[in-house]
Amino acid sequence: METPKALKYTKTDEWIKVDGDEATVGISDYAQDQLSDIVYVELLVDEDDTVTKGDGIATIESVKAAADVNAPVSGTILAINEDLEDAPEKLNSDPYQSGWLIKMKLDDPSELDDLMSAEDYEAYNEEREA
Amino acid sequence: MTEQTIYELSQPGRKGFAFPEPDVPSTPLPQEFERESVRLPELSELDVIRHFTNLSHLNHSVDGGFYPLGSCTMKYNPKINEAVARLPGLANTHPLQPIVSVQGNLYLMYQLQEWLQEISGFDKVCLTPAAGAQGELVGALIIKKYHQDNNDPKRVKILIPDSAHGTNPATSSMSGFDVVPLPSDARGNVDLEALKTHCDDTLAGLMLTNPNTLGLFDEHVEQVVQLVHSAGGLVYGDGANLNALLGIIRPGDVGFDIMHFNLHKTFSTPHGGGGPGSGPVGVTQALADYLPGPIVTIIEDGDEENPPFYGFYTPEKTIGRMKAFYGHFGMLVRAYTYIAMHGPEGLRDIGEKAVLNANYLMKKVSEDYYLPYDRTCMHEFVVEGAWKDIPGVHALDIAKRLMDYGFHPPTNYFPLVVHEALMIEPTETESKQTLDAFAAAMKAIAKEAREDPEMLNKAPYTTPLRRCDEVKAARDLVFCCWVPEE
Repeated sequence: METPKALKYTKTDEWIKVDGDEATVGISDYAQDQLSDIVYVELLVDEDDTVTKGDGIATIESVKAAADVNAPVSGTILAINEDLEDAPEKLNSDPYQSGWLIKMKLDDPSELDDLMSAEDYEAYNEEREA
Repeated sequence: MTEQTIYELSQPGRKGFAFPEPDVPSTPLPQEFERESVRLPELSELDVIRHFTNLSHLNHSVDGGFYPLGSCTMKYNPKINEAVARLPGLANTHPLQPIVSVQGNLYLMYQLQEWLQEISGFDKVCLTPAAGAQGELVGALIIKKYHQDNNDPKRVKILIPDSAHGTNPATSSMSGFDVVPLPSDARGNVDLEALKTHCDDTLAGLMLTNPNTLGLFDEHVEQVVQLVHSAGGLVYGDGANLNALLGIIRPGDVGFDIMHFNLHKTFSTPHGGGGPGSGPVGVTQALADYLPGPIVTIIEDGDEENPPFYGFYTPEKTIGRMKAFYGHFGMLVRAYTYIAMHGPEGLRDIGEKAVLNANYLMKKVSEDYYLPYDRTCMHEFVVEGAWKDIPGVHALDIAKRLMDYGFHPPTNYFPLVVHEALMIEPTETESKQTLDAFAAAMKAIAKEAREDPEMLNKAPYTTPLRRCDEVKAARDLVFCCWVPEE
């Protein structure tokens, strides 16, 4: 299972990659593996929408389950990954690159302090597996 | 596939009907309605009969074999239900008939309302909702209107335990509430500490499936109800699992404010493609004015010589109509028949046998499968369909393999709180012999998983279609069996 070091993670399995006051958000390799084959992605937000930390930004459906994706931090949506509508399998095959969900502008970068590092997230997953 | 589609069987010019020559002059259809071809299949009567008879033989049904689909109560539907529903006095009536000519139907509905009230402990029952999910929608809309009428619009939050039916969050969300999931504690009950943190003045209500989807009766149900009530919220009961409680406990007595019944589960009306559902809703006196109409009532009391005269009314503050006419009347007839045939002691016996069967099977199946919530269960139980030391075998493989042993697979991958869940509900209608045969099949599959895991990955082997590609089926949806040629 891949857990890139440069990213931050949430307890609900989103990752966030920060670049200045902008960030990209997706779901972790662990999350896609748990969901198994993803068959449908519905993005619940659009460009220029504002979201509060914890708001639903997408619903993901796999052959096993449906799962909500939440905003890891508050901010304004800059872009959504429209390719996922026709190619939801990218979330399985490439969760950290072409499987990104949204790009956003952060309201308050200090919210990032509440998120987990890659090491903490790996430890958290091991605990869940036990 | 052993049977072609009806379009593939079609032969140009073949037909199964012969209209008489018209005795009035024919008139052409207005041009805007004319089409080159509507491409209807062309078959003889015998072609059609064989096609659908063959299809019906490919299907697994509760009349053909054990159907342990957790959370669905796939009990046997007694044939007397069908006989009664076909009595001409019931079958040949129309909802637009004047009520004076259908007093028997109205009596039946009135009596069913009374019985459901007595069984559940609620003060008023409305029969119209079309199925369980619509019953839930009625409940959510009543909760909403109740708070609006109390000038309390800030109550926007509905709490849903993670062991609830999947329809509960869907219904709340559709009704415009904020859905807040509640975790389960280690024994599978609602986590009371987590509940307390949400009991504030934004709480609209809580939807509780009890027994829950782990098949467990919430040991703190009275505290849960009391906490929600003291915060000003209402408690909705998902009655889908009422079978386990029949004649033993009444949700109305526990303090629930609203509950739907699934007549197609608990009260043996056809289920799962066999017929429409039916989801009556019961409420306390305080909410009776909000129910959807029409509801049957006595318009004129009877006396020694004359029966009462029945009619309809719509409650004063009703949330509105949910369904055309009076609900699925044919299902009401079947549920009435079932209750009348069993009587109070018989209904209690159903609840007891459903719980006994589930516990018997749980004991046997858990010899080979991990049981994460190891408690006396109610009507169903959930085991893990996977083993840590056999990474290649999943719940799906076990479910598919069961078909080779002649059983319908149990519900799988639900509830989400159990890893690789297999959710098994035998119901009271299965004999010890059937339960033993099913337990033996589960044991045999556990052995196969150790000896030949790859064989399980390709199961089933004996069904008309082998392992289907579920990912392709979900990603590449095809809704038409032919595409217009233009």
